[in-house]
Amino acid sequence: MSPGKVGSIMKADVAVVGAGPAGLAAAVAAAEAGALVAVVDAGAQPGGQFWRHRPETVVPEPDGSGHHGWRSYVDLRARFDAARRRGQIIYLPGLQVWMPEKNDAGFTLHTTPAVARARSEDAATNDPAGSGAGNGPAGSGTVVARRLVLCPGGYDRQLPVPGWELPGVMAAGGIQAFLKGNGTLPGRRFVVAGTGPFLLPVAAGIAEAGGQVLAVLESSSPAAWLPHLRAAAGVPEKALEGAEYAAVFARHRIPYRTRSIVTEILGQDRASGVRTAKVDADGRVRPGTEGVYDDVDVVGFGWGFTPQMELPVALGADTRLDADGSLVGIVDERQESSIPGLFLAGEVTGVGGASLAVIEGLTAGAAAARERAADKADASRATRHRRFAEAMHHAHPVPAAWQEWLTPDTTVCRCEEVTASQITEARDTLGARDSRSLKSFTRAGMGWCQGRVCGFAAGCLAAGQRVSASAQSLSDAAKRPLGAPVSIGELASLETDS
Amino acid sequence: MNASSDVLVIGAGVIGAATAYFAAQQGLTVTVLDKGLPASGTSSACEGNILVSDKELGPELELTRYSLAVWHGDLSEHKKLWEFESKGGIIVASRESSLASLHRVMTVQTGYGVAVEELDRDALREAEPHISPEALGGASYREDCQVQPMLVAAHLVRLATEAGVRFLAETPVTGFLRSGDRVTGVRTPRGDFAAGAVVNCTGTWAGELAALAGVNVPVLPRRGFVMVTEPLPPMVHHKVYAAEYIDNVGSSDAGLQGSPVVESTPGGNILIGSTRERVGFDRSVSTSALRLLARNATALFPFLEDVKAIRHYHGFRPYCPDHLPVIGHDDRAPGLWHAAGHEGAGIGLSAGTGKLLAQAIGGQSPDLDLSPFAPARFGSPADPTPAHHEEATA
Amino acid sequence: MSTQAQGAAETPGGPTVELTLRFDGRPLKAAPGQSVGGALAAHGITAWRSTRKGARPRGLFCGIGVCFDCLVTVDGAANQRACLVEVRDGMQIDGSYPQAEGDRQ
Repeated sequence: MSPGKVGSIMKADVAVVGAGPAGLAAAVAAAEAGALVAVVDAGAQPGGQFWRHRPETVVPEPDGSGHHGWRSYVDLRARFDAARRRGQIIYLPGLQVWMPEKNDAGFTLHTTPAVARARSEDAATNDPAGSGAGNGPAGSGTVVARRLVLCPGGYDRQLPVPGWELPGVMAAGGIQAFLKGNGTLPGRRFVVAGTGPFLLPVAAGIAEAGGQVLAVLESSSPAAWLPHLRAAAGVPEKALEGAEYAAVFARHRIPYRTRSIVTEILGQDRASGVRTAKVDADGRVRPGTEGVYDDVDVVGFGWGFTPQMELPVALGADTRLDADGSLVGIVDERQESSIPGLFLAGEVTGVGGASLAVIEGLTAGAAAARERAADKADASRATRHRRFAEAMHHAHPVPAAWQEWLTPDTTVCRCEEVTASQITEARDTLGARDSRSLKSFTRAGMGWCQGRVCGFAAGCLAAGQRVSASAQSLSDAAKRPLGAPVSIGELASLETDS
Repeated sequence: MNASSDVLVIGAGVIGAATAYFAAQQGLTVTVLDKGLPASGTSSACEGNILVSDKELGPELELTRYSLAVWHGDLSEHKKLWEFESKGGIIVASRESSLASLHRVMTVQTGYGVAVEELDRDALREAEPHISPEALGGASYREDCQVQPMLVAAHLVRLATEAGVRFLAETPVTGFLRSGDRVTGVRTPRGDFAAGAVVNCTGTWAGELAALAGVNVPVLPRRGFVMVTEPLPPMVHHKVYAAEYIDNVGSSDAGLQGSPVVESTPGGNILIGSTRERVGFDRSVSTSALRLLARNATALFPFLEDVKAIRHYHGFRPYCPDHLPVIGHDDRAPGLWHAAGHEGAGIGLSAGTGKLLAQAIGGQSPDLDLSPFAPARFGSPADPTPAHHEEATA
Repeated sequence: MSTQAQGAAETPGGPTVELTLRFDGRPLKAAPGQSVGGALAAHGITAWRSTRKGARPRGLFCGIGVCFDCLVTVDGAANQRACLVEVRDGMQIDGSYPQAEGDRQ
């Protein structure tokens, strides 16, 4: 059967999930090693979140402005398209995996369209191999492969703050995705807050696109980098990036305030301003330092990243807590997980940025295509990037005292509208001490997003003041038997039971 | 040695929580131990049914009716805590033959005092406007109710502790204290606990625990999947299930069986059941079970075709070969009591089970004769069949 | 409203073609390649979903299909993620949050 048909089964040597930096690299490496590769990606065109760009139907040759590592993308993309033309990569865009299975033949991925098919697209033909991006979402289908490389990436980690459920409050990465995907901004006057170097490109991108950044509020302090300078020196390109951002900040007069947080979003039916405060090293508000920014359209928050762990967890891969408190998959030097034949690359092995993701993807793809040891030069570059990432995690921690910022009626679970007091009451009177029992007793994490947004915060709240979520709690929160919503009709028409 | 109590309850699922609650009401001193947190086993992996409609005539129906009276009586003041809904159940027949069977069942049930009302084609559509055009008619059971089962267990534990009951989470029982044949307490990593009565309320794990005490209580797991949809405006108003469901409940077939059970929850999500399979404690997801659920549900409510499932879960119903629970004193190991094996009816039967057991432990004559549920019906201690131990998650 | 609002179809390098959508029954201009969320935001519309419990307004949050806050009905298909769906000419978009007159242009 042809790809894209509802209920079709695609067979490949290697399946890759994700077409961002890690996924593109894995697909290219596996194809160039001679494997037949199937790439399943939720996006409508290659690039993932990091290299998200405007639809190629509208802007056929993006120039890469506002992107980092664009040359790396152009190189990978050319090899990706060439492999598609050779018939070695089957590209399945617009699909989400709702269930992965391990079986005797290897792995089976059950997929569903990320976006409902338009009626007019029902008769549309498939994208001819190598012509560029896919033409909209394919139908649901099944991919069967001997080996699997999961590169699902991550998304901004969030901490609840009073008023963060108001329209106009976005994930920092959401603002960037909006800009990269639409070429425009979602508002005019921005405040960007949270922690970590990612806040810098977000703010710089806003300013370069004509938005006004009233402030970047970073909860940590530059001094936190001092113990990690050796690790930072190992990745000189990061210093260059930093210098670029400094120049943009200076040109646009963007105030960069360290040891500062947003304590409340102001506004009735949409964000109109923020209250801010200075904090100490633990994140406790320093009395008398409160301030206000009025006339704010959009507030962007990012507290590091949360790797998308449901697929590795569903397949039973061993996991660990990383230096940033995130649950990540354990891999060997070939990026192979504890499940034979299952490889992980990119943020799901530890948040480390796109350069590291590419190296990991190349290693994973080559290893999945044939039993091959990791390239020594790649391994040493990966090590330097991982040291840098670890230094970054230590320099930009989630503030220990963040739970003290909450008011009793602060929304924690946005989907089910569960408040902080409902959660602490369930913890204190009903014994909900992990994310799983908390979910049972309060519905936090039971809604549309299945705890993707509130899972980390809820796990911390269940554990208690100044305690971070345990690996068990995060692993329970990442147990999502359906990796994506799937219609009952699609389930009813499942063809096989493998 | 920890302080001794009159009653030591093992397991803080809904059965153990109800037993502890009613034992405390009797004025007994009570300790509750759980290997995990409250409601972390089958209580957290079911639909929270309190059903009259699907019960076999005889002792099970008697216990059901008694339990229903306890829910509406002793426990009525707490209804809001656990989202108690008197939603009513509707059995739907889509074939002439099943409609005829349903009518026969209704006649018998009416004779036993069950409140059941026939629904013709039009009345069925008035009650459930989105039911399949294929549905011929049905039966309405207004006594059927639903609760949020995790909240029942957690709040009963909380209410019990407020009444003086001691509760210890993450305290697995590793052995029994004996004095001759007599069970006098339990061993745990947190020390020994002595008690006048030790009550096994460990659900699917009850057989394993009984084996530790040298007695045979053949409770086995019967897996069931439940699918949860996206939140929707009210589309399904009762617990709606197909006439074939009743046959499956009483069946001992090991293969995958499924019959549609569709109901909405206060959160707006629709729950889609049910499957029954005997596969031990296998937690692997079965695409055939998901497909069966989906096909059955869309046959009953065609609009579900375009509705999205956002998660599913599975649990293990604790069942005995004769499909009756084990409730009462174990004469083979004096001092040991059991309250387990309620299969798919544990939530509904918990209130009555807890109250009756507390009466018996307190030395009273229970309101309902417990002898049909006696543990000793499984004979001498030979051949305990321990199920392999596994943490409960769902 | 904002420069972005008019700029949607005039971004350097972008096309000058315009599409017309219908949002809650009213015509709305959009540019090819925009997401539904992008098109709505360009007109200053920040909220289109109403929450089930509190009837509170919601719009874009994560921007990448993870949070499901931006759900909207597209051509009759309920609960589509506005951040992922690309606009098409004639597309019918229906939100569940009542729009005040002043919110749109």
